[in-house]
Amino acid sequence: MKITKDEINHVAALSRLEFGEDEIDKFTEQMGDIINMAHQLAEVDTEGVPETVQVVDRETDFREDKPEHWESRAELMKNVPEKADGFIKVPVIIDKDDNE
Amino acid sequence: MNYLNENIDSLNKKLQDGEITAEDLAKATVKNIKETDKKINAWITVDEDAKPAEDLDFAKNKLAGIPIAIKDNIITNGMKTTAASHILYNYMPVYDATVISKLKKAQATFVGKTNMDEFAMGSSTEHSYYGATHNPWNLDKVPGGSSGGSAAAVASGEVVAALGSDTGGSIRQPAAFNGIFGIKPTYGRVSRWGLIAFGSSLDQIGVMSKRVKDSAEVLNVIAGPDEHDATVSEKEVPDFTSFLGQDVKGLRVAVPKEYMDAVDGEMHDVIQKQIDVLKDAGAIINEVSLPHTKYVVPTYYIVASSEASSNLQRYDGIRYGYRAKDTKNLLDVYVKSRSEGFGEEVKRRIMLGSFALSAGAYDEFFKKAAQVRTLICRDFEKIFEENDVIVGPTTTEPAFGIGEEVSDPIKMYNNDLLTISANLAGIPAASVPAGLVDGMPAGFQIMAKRFDEGNVFKVADFIERNNKFYEKTPTGMED
Amino acid sequence: MNFKSTIGLEVHFELKTKSKIFSPSPVSYGAEANTETNVIDWAMPGVLPRLNKDVYRLGIMVALATHSHILPVTHFDRKNYFYPDNPKAYQITQFFQPLARDGYIEVEVRGKKKRIGIHEMHIEEDAGKNTHGANGYSYVDLNRQGVPLLEVVSEPDMEDPEEAYAYLTKLRQIVQFTGASDVKMEEGSMRVDTNISIRPAGQEKLGTKVEMKNLNSFDHVRRSLAYEEKRQQQVLLSGGRVQLSTRRFDEATGKTVLERVKEGDADYRYFPEPDIAPYHIKQSWIDEIAESLPESPFERRKRYVEEYGIKEYDADVILQTKESSDFYDAAVAAGADPTLAANWLNTQVNGYLNENQVGIADIKLTPEHLAEMIKMIKDGTISSKIAKKVFKESIENGTDPKKYVEDKGMVQLSDVSVLGPMVTKVVDDNPQSVEDFKNGKDRAIGFLVGQIMKQTRGKANPKVVNQLLNKELQSR
Repeated sequence: MKITKDEINHVAALSRLEFGEDEIDKFTEQMGDIINMAHQLAEVDTEGVPETVQVVDRETDFREDKPEHWESRAELMKNVPEKADGFIKVPVIIDKDDNE
Repeated sequence: MNYLNENIDSLNKKLQDGEITAEDLAKATVKNIKETDKKINAWITVDEDAKPAEDLDFAKNKLAGIPIAIKDNIITNGMKTTAASHILYNYMPVYDATVISKLKKAQATFVGKTNMDEFAMGSSTEHSYYGATHNPWNLDKVPGGSSGGSAAAVASGEVVAALGSDTGGSIRQPAAFNGIFGIKPTYGRVSRWGLIAFGSSLDQIGVMSKRVKDSAEVLNVIAGPDEHDATVSEKEVPDFTSFLGQDVKGLRVAVPKEYMDAVDGEMHDVIQKQIDVLKDAGAIINEVSLPHTKYVVPTYYIVASSEASSNLQRYDGIRYGYRAKDTKNLLDVYVKSRSEGFGEEVKRRIMLGSFALSAGAYDEFFKKAAQVRTLICRDFEKIFEENDVIVGPTTTEPAFGIGEEVSDPIKMYNNDLLTISANLAGIPAASVPAGLVDGMPAGFQIMAKRFDEGNVFKVADFIERNNKFYEKTPTGMED
Repeated sequence: MNFKSTIGLEVHFELKTKSKIFSPSPVSYGAEANTETNVIDWAMPGVLPRLNKDVYRLGIMVALATHSHILPVTHFDRKNYFYPDNPKAYQITQFFQPLARDGYIEVEVRGKKKRIGIHEMHIEEDAGKNTHGANGYSYVDLNRQGVPLLEVVSEPDMEDPEEAYAYLTKLRQIVQFTGASDVKMEEGSMRVDTNISIRPAGQEKLGTKVEMKNLNSFDHVRRSLAYEEKRQQQVLLSGGRVQLSTRRFDEATGKTVLERVKEGDADYRYFPEPDIAPYHIKQSWIDEIAESLPESPFERRKRYVEEYGIKEYDADVILQTKESSDFYDAAVAAGADPTLAANWLNTQVNGYLNENQVGIADIKLTPEHLAEMIKMIKDGTISSKIAKKVFKESIENGTDPKKYVEDKGMVQLSDVSVLGPMVTKVVDDNPQSVEDFKNGKDRAIGFLVGQIMKQTRGKANPKVVNQLLNKELQSR
């Protein structure tokens, strides 16, 4: 299995990450090795084997519908890099689902 | 104050007898950390004004007034929490993790936050924005990771006990590298509320200490149900200290051949010696097989990285943490803040995870790994039908040199070979010191059925009583 | 060339809970920015979700009311995408194992009944809100983040905009009558996305889909679909190709405008949410919820028509909203004659609501007061003319009709011992009328009734007066 630079760029765009030209070659090679390692799993026979996505001893956990008001908005907002009038301020949004 | 020869019981007695006050203890601890950390860099944040809780009740609370180190991926209200990342360089939490609330109720003292691999991704504590931590046994070696700061802080006597987190061995491997005890409890034994998520289905908070009993004391406090975590068990928590001081006669001990085959030379000998000790004491030793061992590394890296790629998307420069300067638009804020804010290893895992979940790769990678995970779980279930514990080495080799493996991710990932199965299966596992290999500590790993930490403590305590490794002083701390 | 349209609808309902789906923050509409949020809504590092039980209960209600099959095991999943109103950069939804599947509702279009399939319905969390400023910035408010949503996805069973309109109307009615949602499009508690494709008649393969999101009203849904049908036909007839795209309905021009061309599906990297364990829904709980399910509009209609004997048309008018149906039921329960109550509700009450542009929940008239007034009409205490005055007073000021009628002395005079002597006197005073009556002139009696009414200032019961006059005149 070989991963191309284009594929790396696609995954980087999905992840909202960018790599410099010098980095991208190294990264593509490293990712290729890691993905090859991951691809070893192909040799395991998993026909009819269910997936394990959790190892919990619980199911059907519910919370009662009781509202609780968080006292301080200022506290929640104190880490916000840019804010205005109780809003979080962000540069203008260009396009919503630009997940290519 | 240096804790090399102290433990929770000895400190509790001194406090009860008025030999030292909790205020002085806090001050002395901070002073010693400042001094010791010049060598080992185990801490990201030290609270110079650390004070004990009020109205301390030493008789009721074993931990009252005793400083406990906290790994910097555990949320502490009003104390900076960075997960060793630049992206959270200034993050000031406004709530407490459940383990912190519980420790506060038990009146423990908080002195600061320990160093780690960024977002707990790594096995060496070299991947920290705040610099590498050094191993107290040899300052040129890594302390392991990702809870390397907690491990080094305990091993060097800066504190008696520390909280760590373990997603693929992040408590056990550094415990092994530093010659201390460390336990990753059963998944669901300790609430994850306030633990900065890495791999949500694998992450578990645990304890590291020089003495086995001290971890039992701390785990007694932090374990149990929690209304904030939908994956934490509602099972009653036993008193873990009740499993100490017992013999191992008749205990069924499984030794996976794949684990023993992974070590050779001195490492093999020191592990075999612990097994022999158990055998001599009347334990029944069974050689067993974990046939899917060769697949645990790829399985783990797909599962953990997939979850991580999603968990780390919230670090986007919008609501908290690092926001890049000179951005033209929203996409710029995202891409620049994340690219400048995350370190290389974190980016590598995000990329792997995003890839494994992407359309076209999902079935071949994420889904496949989830299926192989089932087979790995079944391997363990089968062994536990006829055995009480599984034992073997914690790592294939003792601590490696700083800078030795950082450039080779696959070599680094393979370090986790023996520890990650316990996370995939959600079972409790610990590392207790076995002895020295080439002058560096080696760890003996003990695993048990889900929610059977009792047997883990029982065996670890037995080994500790037998080899008394705690009497040794880390060689890197001798002037 | 003839074309066939294929229409599918995705409708989001905000479920009516007191707290959010995965956090205990209160759900409120119109609160000051970011005041109804907590660390979970903010996706602070280290937080975890816990599911609100009522979200499931309300979702199951809608599933039951639409004959959907509730899955015995459901699980939440993450849908990953970056946007400022989506703090975790993933939305917790149900992608692989939704709440329910394979339901249907029955609609009637142009007199014909048709069953429209519901493909599936799933529970998910709402996002916050972005306001776009003119200064190159957007402003984020997370109050809506985590409000519970139920998304109902239809089968592509609708073949024209009228069917889509009928489906929406019926779906809204059904959901509204369960009480699971407020279903107010203007407040966003009901949101509609549509998709439509066309193909030449006889062709099996479906055409290329065009989506339209966040339509403001049912009327916009109908108009935009009708416009799209025509537009796509013209594209095909002129030899063009319909693009896989999202379009927006422009209210001013009545046209749809291209927003974005899609190049394959967006890559949301769905995977099972590891922070929440699976849900095993017990049949006993479903039975319990079914037991508590409010009477459906279909059942109510049957009761109105068959038990109360009111006209089908009147029943449908009452059933347009749950509020009006509840009002009607309460009035009947308080003793109002069902037919009179239906008439008053559909003419006078509705007239008032339309005139004042208010809802039935906003008026001062209570069902009990309406019932009281109707009882007074029925037993002759007041005339229908007086009743209109009483009604006006009650609906505007909330006055108790009985008390009002008594205080103002509006009670109809029906007492024979009072009216008898008055009748005798008026007949005595008007011999000419007696003469006219005997000569068969009926209007003589009208003149005499008028005299009595004048003397009683309109309060005399006309029925009683007529009877007494007839008797008196016969005896002369």
